[in-house]
Amino acid sequence: MAKVTFNEELCKGCELCTTVCPKKIIIMDRERINSKGYHPATIEEMDKCIGCAFCAIICPDVVIEVEK
Amino acid sequence: MAKVFEKPKALTGKPNHYCPGCTHGIVHRLVAEAIDDLGIRENTVGVAPVGCAVLAYEYFNVDMHEAAHGRAPAVATGIKRVLPDNVVFTYQGDGDLASIGTAEIVHAANRGEKLTTIFINNAIYGMTGGQMAPTSLLGQVTATSPYGRSAETEGHPIRMSEMLATIEGTAYVERVSLHDIKNILKAKKAIKKAFEVQIAGKGFAMVEILSTCPTNWGMAPAEALKWVKDNMIPYYPLGVKKEVV
Amino acid sequence: MAKVLMKGNEAIAEAAIQAGCRYFFGYPITPQNEIPAYMAKMLPKVGGSFIQAESEVSAINMVYGAAGAGGRVMTSSSSPGISLKQEGISYIAGAELPCLIVNIVRGGPGLGGIQPAQSDYFQAVKGGGHGDYRVVVLAPAGIQEMADLVIDAFDIADRYRNPVMIMGDGMLGQMMEPVEFAKKEVTISEKPWATIGNKEGKPRNIINSLFLDTQDMENHVLKLFEKYKEIEKNEVRVECYNCEDAEIIIAAYGTTARIAKNVIQKAGAQGIKVGLIRPITLWPFPTDVFKKWAEADHVKSFLTVEMSMGQMIEDVRLSIKDTKPVHFYGRTGGMVPLPGDLLKEIIKIRGEK
Repeated sequence: MAKVTFNEELCKGCELCTTVCPKKIIIMDRERINSKGYHPATIEEMDKCIGCAFCAIICPDVVIEVEK
Repeated sequence: MAKVFEKPKALTGKPNHYCPGCTHGIVHRLVAEAIDDLGIRENTVGVAPVGCAVLAYEYFNVDMHEAAHGRAPAVATGIKRVLPDNVVFTYQGDGDLASIGTAEIVHAANRGEKLTTIFINNAIYGMTGGQMAPTSLLGQVTATSPYGRSAETEGHPIRMSEMLATIEGTAYVERVSLHDIKNILKAKKAIKKAFEVQIAGKGFAMVEILSTCPTNWGMAPAEALKWVKDNMIPYYPLGVKKEVV
Repeated sequence: MAKVLMKGNEAIAEAAIQAGCRYFFGYPITPQNEIPAYMAKMLPKVGGSFIQAESEVSAINMVYGAAGAGGRVMTSSSSPGISLKQEGISYIAGAELPCLIVNIVRGGPGLGGIQPAQSDYFQAVKGGGHGDYRVVVLAPAGIQEMADLVIDAFDIADRYRNPVMIMGDGMLGQMMEPVEFAKKEVTISEKPWATIGNKEGKPRNIINSLFLDTQDMENHVLKLFEKYKEIEKNEVRVECYNCEDAEIIIAAYGTTARIAKNVIQKAGAQGIKVGLIRPITLWPFPTDVFKKWAEADHVKSFLTVEMSMGQMIEDVRLSIKDTKPVHFYGRTGGMVPLPGDLLKEIIKIRGEK
């Protein structure tokens, strides 16, 4: 099991992380916006995460921390 | 569970001002990771000249100089001569390195200055609003090549890595890209190598990083990375251009 | 220490080395070439670093880097080269870095000539680069003074964290005079602000002149001007010669001051009492000294003598607020005023009453 945490305030909604997740579980949370007005990236099915950290590797804003 | 990925110590953690999806953010982290991996944070001095990365002194958690446009290699030379045992790097854009600062980068390399240069090639001037850069591709429409860059009037895009590879003082120069995870990891390896070449005192080292400018290219971040792969790499082939073993 | 016969340019370089300067970045340009040549030969012997940069623009930016890293550093050039360095000098002043910049002035504008001139006064004193800033400008009138001022220049630069310029000219750079080097113990002040690497737990050192927040930028400039007020209070240097009962006072610095002293003797022999005020700091300008002598009844008028079309004359008139007439006599383009011609000028002025 792995865990990804998003520091939502830093997210700029660029969606790059969504394009590299091998499990296709990262989505943009269209229900909420952060203080800069961006929809933050989020994961609803955390159980499917394999902790590969691809999302963190491509993130330009160090929004993502990964534990495994 | 153990942390597999976290913010490197060599980044201050201050939220950066770069546009959404701009690859500057990725490169900042890769440089910081290399500095952490090599354990040189307390001994590193960075030089960031004018350009989108002019505020880099707020992001790199090391002593920094802000330099005039194009002059980072000269500033870094001055620092390195005073502090030969420190690790000194410059972080420059394509307008900075390949246009106004061409003399400085060529001669820093030619003197074999033991410096590491991180060269961001995104084929445009970002900070000032999307003007043509010396690395803009033929046909590329920019604020100052509104009809598409033409070799006839604007000349051809410059391949700085190949140019600097012909210089004796250059010990290592590689061109990398960030268009997918595999290449980002290769870029990290190249950046770390460029620091190791400096530490080993072999001479001048540079990594040219094909980067994006979503805002001024008028593309979504993921689309911009694809544009790099489909359009920039054919003209700017990746790989090591010179390596003194 | 025995006196040595030395060219002005070489005396500057030797004095700099003795003052603890260990970094020199320059570029060839007549008439200052002996300075980089001397440094290229001597700096390596004292563990220093010399670079002939690819251009003056690079050279001044190397100075910026070395100064920010805590080095005692200098550069030298001549007029056109100093023009190329102006952006860098503005950055150095903005980032509050100490360094020495030597200008061996030659005739201009444009490519000009290689003979001595003083036509860079405005560029040096009124700030040749962009923005509100000042450079301390010292003007020697002889080889011994050149050497002495180099040592003082580095101290002033460190004390105020500001660029300091020594402004000579082609003649002072090329001529030889006996000079003695004081060889005194050099103590270079600590530079806690230098970027030597951010040790754990310490605040980072950042060399920067960028302030995107407008109020921060204004506050920064106001801070610079507090410093400049201090410099104006403490660092004015001037020589008054034969002014006590003078009816005409010449204002001149550097080479022209030497000519003026010669003419003062000749005039005295003809019963004409002429004095000289010789600014040694062109900035901070000796305003009060000019004001004092302008208030003296025996002083009827001033005569500014420059190797230019008249630049320092503005500061002389500003100092005395035109309370007395300020005449001008000058040669330019590299021509040097002849004593005989200057004496004729004095006689003409005296006759005009």
